[in-house]
Amino acid sequence: MSKLVLRNISRVFGEFTAVKDFNLTLQEGELVSLLGPSGCGKTTTLRMIAGFMTPTEGTIELDGQVISSPGSSLPPEKRQMSMIFQSYAIWPNMTVAENVGFGLKVRKVKEEESRRRVNEILEVVQLGALRDRYPAELSGGQQQRVALARSIVVKPAVLLLDEPLSNLDANLREEMRFEIRRLHDEFRITTVYVTHDQAEAMVTSDRIAVMNKGRVEQVDVPYALYGRPQTRFVAGFIGRTNFVEGKLNGETVHFDGFSVSKQALNVEGAGLPADVLVSIRPQSIHLLRQKSGDSDRCCAQGSVQHRSYLGEYWDYHIALPGAAQPLRVTARPQEVFQLNEAVWIEIDTAQLTVIR
Amino acid sequence: MNEEALTAGAPRRKAAVARPAGGPGFGRWWRHLDKSAWVWLLAIIVLVLLVVNPLLRLLIVSFQQPDGTFTLANYAAAYSRSRYVDALGNSLVLGVSAASLCLVFGVPLAWALSRTDMPGKGLVWVSILGTFVIPPYLGAVGWILLAGPNAGWLNRLAVELTGMDSGPFNIYSMPGLVFVIACYSFPYVFVFTKSALDLVSSEMEDAANILGSGNLRTTLSITLPLALPAILAAFILVFLEAIALFGSPALLALPGRFQVVTTQLWQFFEFPPKVGVAAAYAMPLLCITIFLFWLQRRLIHRKGYASLTGKGGERRPIPLGRWKWPLLGYCLFVCMLSFFMPMVVICQAALAKAWGRGFTLDNLTLNNLYFTLFENTLTRNATLNTFMYAGAAALFAVTLALCVAYIVNRELVSRKVGNILSFLTMAPFVIPGIVLAIGFYAAYTRPPLLLYGTAWILILAYTTRFLPIAYANSNAAIRSINPELEDAVRILGGTRFTAIRRVVAPLLKRSLAGAFILVFIPATRELSSAIFLYSINTQVLSVLLFDKSDEGNFEMLAAIGLILVFITVVFILIGFRLMGRDFMLRRAAA
Repeated sequence: MSKLVLRNISRVFGEFTAVKDFNLTLQEGELVSLLGPSGCGKTTTLRMIAGFMTPTEGTIELDGQVISSPGSSLPPEKRQMSMIFQSYAIWPNMTVAENVGFGLKVRKVKEEESRRRVNEILEVVQLGALRDRYPAELSGGQQQRVALARSIVVKPAVLLLDEPLSNLDANLREEMRFEIRRLHDEFRITTVYVTHDQAEAMVTSDRIAVMNKGRVEQVDVPYALYGRPQTRFVAGFIGRTNFVEGKLNGETVHFDGFSVSKQALNVEGAGLPADVLVSIRPQSIHLLRQKSGDSDRCCAQGSVQHRSYLGEYWDYHIALPGAAQPLRVTARPQEVFQLNEAVWIEIDTAQLTVIR
Repeated sequence: MNEEALTAGAPRRKAAVARPAGGPGFGRWWRHLDKSAWVWLLAIIVLVLLVVNPLLRLLIVSFQQPDGTFTLANYAAAYSRSRYVDALGNSLVLGVSAASLCLVFGVPLAWALSRTDMPGKGLVWVSILGTFVIPPYLGAVGWILLAGPNAGWLNRLAVELTGMDSGPFNIYSMPGLVFVIACYSFPYVFVFTKSALDLVSSEMEDAANILGSGNLRTTLSITLPLALPAILAAFILVFLEAIALFGSPALLALPGRFQVVTTQLWQFFEFPPKVGVAAAYAMPLLCITIFLFWLQRRLIHRKGYASLTGKGGERRPIPLGRWKWPLLGYCLFVCMLSFFMPMVVICQAALAKAWGRGFTLDNLTLNNLYFTLFENTLTRNATLNTFMYAGAAALFAVTLALCVAYIVNRELVSRKVGNILSFLTMAPFVIPGIVLAIGFYAAYTRPPLLLYGTAWILILAYTTRFLPIAYANSNAAIRSINPELEDAVRILGGTRFTAIRRVVAPLLKRSLAGAFILVFIPATRELSSAIFLYSINTQVLSVLLFDKSDEGNFEMLAAIGLILVFITVVFILIGFRLMGRDFMLRRAAA
């Protein structure tokens, strides 16, 4: 278990800046995800941590030792880390047990202890029975477990995962998310997890670093990331949302079709600017046939412009008078409204987020 | 503990300050250094010695007097006499005629095997593979036995049948030489054309058929034009092969009293060797070769023949009806000329007490083979040398090629350096063997690197000559391995060498063995570079075969040839087992 610090990391390929001014500190035993769309620099960052790539600016420190800096970087084999690759990178010429035991062999762990640890970890990932199989004889999920066992058995200082679940089918992916979190809870290895799938990041991570175009947008615990996104990108990338623009006028903010009191927006610190951008999650809006009496909740009248039924919920598009964009609203299956039906919307102002 | 107490104070505090930064300076540099870098540096040096140095020396020597001063006299000497210039012209005539004849042989066979329902395809296929197996100079020996003036089998047959005074055939002539070279080069045309035709989808032909074009017209106006770039590329390749060959011209042109470039080059090396003149005389051959290979690449990469790159639709053989028998007849005729007839007379000579006495049982003996392999020290040593040199060269070539392919593909050096490395590794492909040999001679006959007279100069020349074959195969092999397999080794604490030893090498075993064989086979029969670089103690079979041709001991020539063919066949069979049935014909096209 180690403390990993990335200080002002940048990486430039020719003209292209893949990573810019990346700062992140992982506490001992913490699991942090790098989440972002493809091409945002998250894999580049991971490969710099692993030592396969040297940063063009900044340093990476492991337990106070500089392991990467421009022009000089400790080779990956000396970093005491381990990594799970997108392709799993299970060596096809070795059996399951040989794959898992490889790192111990390289580290010159005694034969006997090595065998004991391999057996132990294979039981943990439920592969004990398959120890003498070759990778070609395993399913995708089993190969994934071999990769996990192989990385964990060496008790690495830092565990790195590069989109480890992207090659699995949907059901297995969901199962493996919990598996990865379970193993993390059991072994508490400092972990960096790269993914483009927000659900994966939310299930597995202690904290998530959302990346966009080589920069970190926000680092936070999953709950805060969804509930209090700090940038427009984060609000749009984590879950679905409505962006609405309003104007501050005295104590009230006026949006197209409705208005909210300044207090209700619950802004800490400095006051609101004149032009306000707010994110409203679709499930923080309720649809009603009659106007509710609760004055704390913002109210407006509109009509159903479009609707889709997705089994678990309804997806309504509600047109408000004077608004160019309809509001998207998620409703429970039994809340049925017809097309063009007039409805009242009620917004839970506690869930509104002002984007800066 | 004691030490700590002793050194406590200022120095220790300084160290403690420096520590968190990772201890800059030599210690950190050493820890952070990727030690495998030395091996890559070594590979680059070897490449320079094998490829750059000989070519550079060739150029320098062509402008030098024996004492090392600058001169243009070598060029004056090389191009002043009319017979030297005539030899250049002869080579051009030879190249164009042989390449044209190759088209006549190769294109119909490729079309028949690729597009039609002709019977007997398997037999034709095997004979073409057989033609690949016969070294060209052995084919020439076969045709000397068949069509030598007076004594050749075909001439004797003609005299017998017609009662003429002398037979009509004389293989010691320009037409004879063109014919023999075409017989052993047409497989290149066949392979190129066939792989292009294999990619033309039947829908292309259907489209012409439905517009009212018959099968013949469709073939001539649609199918063959689609394969035209490939056919042209093959034409160029065969042209270059024909002008760079040494063995067949030396066996046929010298007795026929005419010269081509390669035989002329060899004569410049007769004692005392005029290396400078030879180097000057080799320049046109080198320049033409480089230019035409460049042209050939452009032809192959030309856009607009999209149908050749796509997977194409379904392919159906064209029904030939009663025309299938004449076509089969033609295919077998070509195979007779190139494979069956020469092989029969060579086997006869190798197993005969005297080949002229004919195909009778009492003429049969195993003495020639026994004598060659076991009794005669010269041929026995040459057989051993052939194996050893070819094996060593194949080992070196594959190792070096693998190193370079690895460096380039894993981007261990900058992309620019990588491009230079792969260019250097592929460069020997465009250098005729004979030119390379003169370069080696010029570079390594004097100190500091005196290799002439040792086995090393042959081994290294072979290594260089066949490096491109090894590289093309190693490159494909490395590309088939996901780099993450190696990254996984490294992040778990193994070095790059551990990764190569434990993961890359085991995974590449088969394809590297295949690459080894693909270098080993041509190296066992290489003549054009060996003839300039061998010495008394480093004879190989090909050189011996050529030397013995003067004595007219065709029984022994044939025996040596058969041994070479046997070696080749054994290794091709091993190659089949490792890499599948068409590995030779497929690779030849790559």
